[in-house]
Amino acid sequence: MDVISVEGLSHTYLSGSLRVAALEGVDFGIPEGQMAAIVGPSGSGKSTLLHILGCLMQVERGTYRLSGEDVTKLPGDELARVRGTRIGFVFQAYNLVPQLTALENVELPLAYLGTPRRQRRQRAMQALEAVGLGERARHRPFELSGGQQQRVGVARAVVTEPSVILADEPTGNLDTASGQAVMELFRDLHRQGRTIVVVTHAPEVAAGCERTIHIRDGRVVKDARREGRPRDVARG
Amino acid sequence: MSLGDSLRIAVRALVLQRLRTMLAMLGVIIGITAVIALLSVGTAASDSVTSKVSGLGARVIDLTPMGQSGVTLDAADASWLLRRVREISAAAPIISGSVTSYQGGKTWSTTLIGTTPGALAIEGRSVAIGRDFTRSETANDASVAVIGSTTAKKLFSGSDPIGRQITVDGVPLTIVGEMQTEGTSQGFGQDPDDEIVVPISLAQDIIGTSDLSMIVASARSASYVPLAVGHLEAVLDTRFGTTDAANVQSAAALGSTLSSITSILTLLLAGIAGISLLVGGIGIMNIMLVTVAERTREIGLRKAIGAKNRDISLQFLLEACLLSVTGGLIGAGAGIGGGILIERAFGWSPLIDWQGVTIALAFSVAVGILFGLWPALRASALDPVEALRSA
Repeated sequence: MDVISVEGLSHTYLSGSLRVAALEGVDFGIPEGQMAAIVGPSGSGKSTLLHILGCLMQVERGTYRLSGEDVTKLPGDELARVRGTRIGFVFQAYNLVPQLTALENVELPLAYLGTPRRQRRQRAMQALEAVGLGERARHRPFELSGGQQQRVGVARAVVTEPSVILADEPTGNLDTASGQAVMELFRDLHRQGRTIVVVTHAPEVAAGCERTIHIRDGRVVKDARREGRPRDVARG
Repeated sequence: MSLGDSLRIAVRALVLQRLRTMLAMLGVIIGITAVIALLSVGTAASDSVTSKVSGLGARVIDLTPMGQSGVTLDAADASWLLRRVREISAAAPIISGSVTSYQGGKTWSTTLIGTTPGALAIEGRSVAIGRDFTRSETANDASVAVIGSTTAKKLFSGSDPIGRQITVDGVPLTIVGEMQTEGTSQGFGQDPDDEIVVPISLAQDIIGTSDLSMIVASARSASYVPLAVGHLEAVLDTRFGTTDAANVQSAAALGSTLSSITSILTLLLAGIAGISLLVGGIGIMNIMLVTVAERTREIGLRKAIGAKNRDISLQFLLEACLLSVTGGLIGAGAGIGGGILIERAFGWSPLIDWQGVTIALAFSVAVGILFGLWPALRASALDPVEALRSA
């Protein structure tokens, strides 16, 4: 079954008094356990697509099903619930809360779900250990390197056992070695069966994924899978 | 997210920004301190007036000539009233004027009171050392005087004044007694311990008039006071043919008038202090708006990982309330302490207006909610996409 399934996704935004199309009829599905990259130049609409996939934005036209649930028309608080339970975000700028320790940052999504304190501490600790930062649990973000902060970010994304991990340029702020380490972490998660969508314009990041969806001018122009021949879809 | 978790986050944010937290609280601290200190001091002042009056002075009735229709009272009127009005057990004529006194090269401007023996007793005062002048001394125009403790201090610098001579407006007097210190408990006006009391005929000679400034009378008991006031007014009306001859007022009534004036003043001051509390609230709102603006990205992140609008608004509302309540508690402590210090300085018994403290603290919570609400709602209304994009 597809974890993510979008059909006829269209979205416009206002630029001054002009209405500009960001997405024009995007369709694709991402099956469970897949690691896919969404690539495209800036202005291609991939950020809008990411925001819609992350339930941070309401869909203007088309439908979006996440784990079988139609989330297209959900009200704000329901979208917050979906974000908290089904989606794990990894950001380019890590976005850790500076006044909280690494452990507390990883606990945060569980706190918003109302998980009891003891249980969430335990789960957060496990997630931190899984990304190799068990020793750094009590450190605050500014005491960690960029690569370490991003690994805390990954731990925070997986701690809720989400249906999909959405990563937005996860290596964009990192040096090559740290970037590779983070990508290796994603591939580990992929091997454990997690569904991962990485939005990027770095070819080496896309190359590490089993599928690459190319977006240009608000349309899917190429959908390439590493197993089997790449095929053009260019629909809509 | 549970309330406990939200509270922990709010405390953490405030502790990390210590200086800003202190400055944000300052307005509320000053406001609450002012409200509580003023309420306490005001209540203590009004209590002090009331207790003074209701203690020894409960039976005292003052008759003050109003100077209208040319009516004046003299010493004979006092004894006439005592004979005519059964409800009073004593009446003493009072004549007073400003004089300059001399003793051993010292000069002191003070008030000269001329009266009959027993006037001190009517007013609930007593002689501490020496004695009051006697009836025969009054009749014989004797040059004797009883002085207040302040006057004694100014003229004799602490040495025993009994038997010593002073000169008042050129007339030599012998001190026979010094009055018990009254204190400055009335709070306003002149020092009750700064006066020279002499037989009335002597005072008439020195001041140069026989017109009384007032007659003090004492009702047979406190319960006779209203009857006595009515009877005195009626008798004066018939004697002088006018209702405006003299103002008859019991000390108790005067006391309640004074204490109601004090209460109004207290409320007025507390109201002004309340405005400063409101200004403190605006300070908190200002800081909260800055905080929300600074933490836009954090708000976006929290929303992205599952925070509902309610979680965000609650977090910032709690921060604002913590600021105002902590400020309120510090202010309450300072206000209580400051109030006690001021009350001590005035010689009143210290009094904490607990009702005022409770109201002020409740007010500080209300200020936190009122002025924290708008920034909190602004924070929760942020679009997560926009918030995450902000630098």
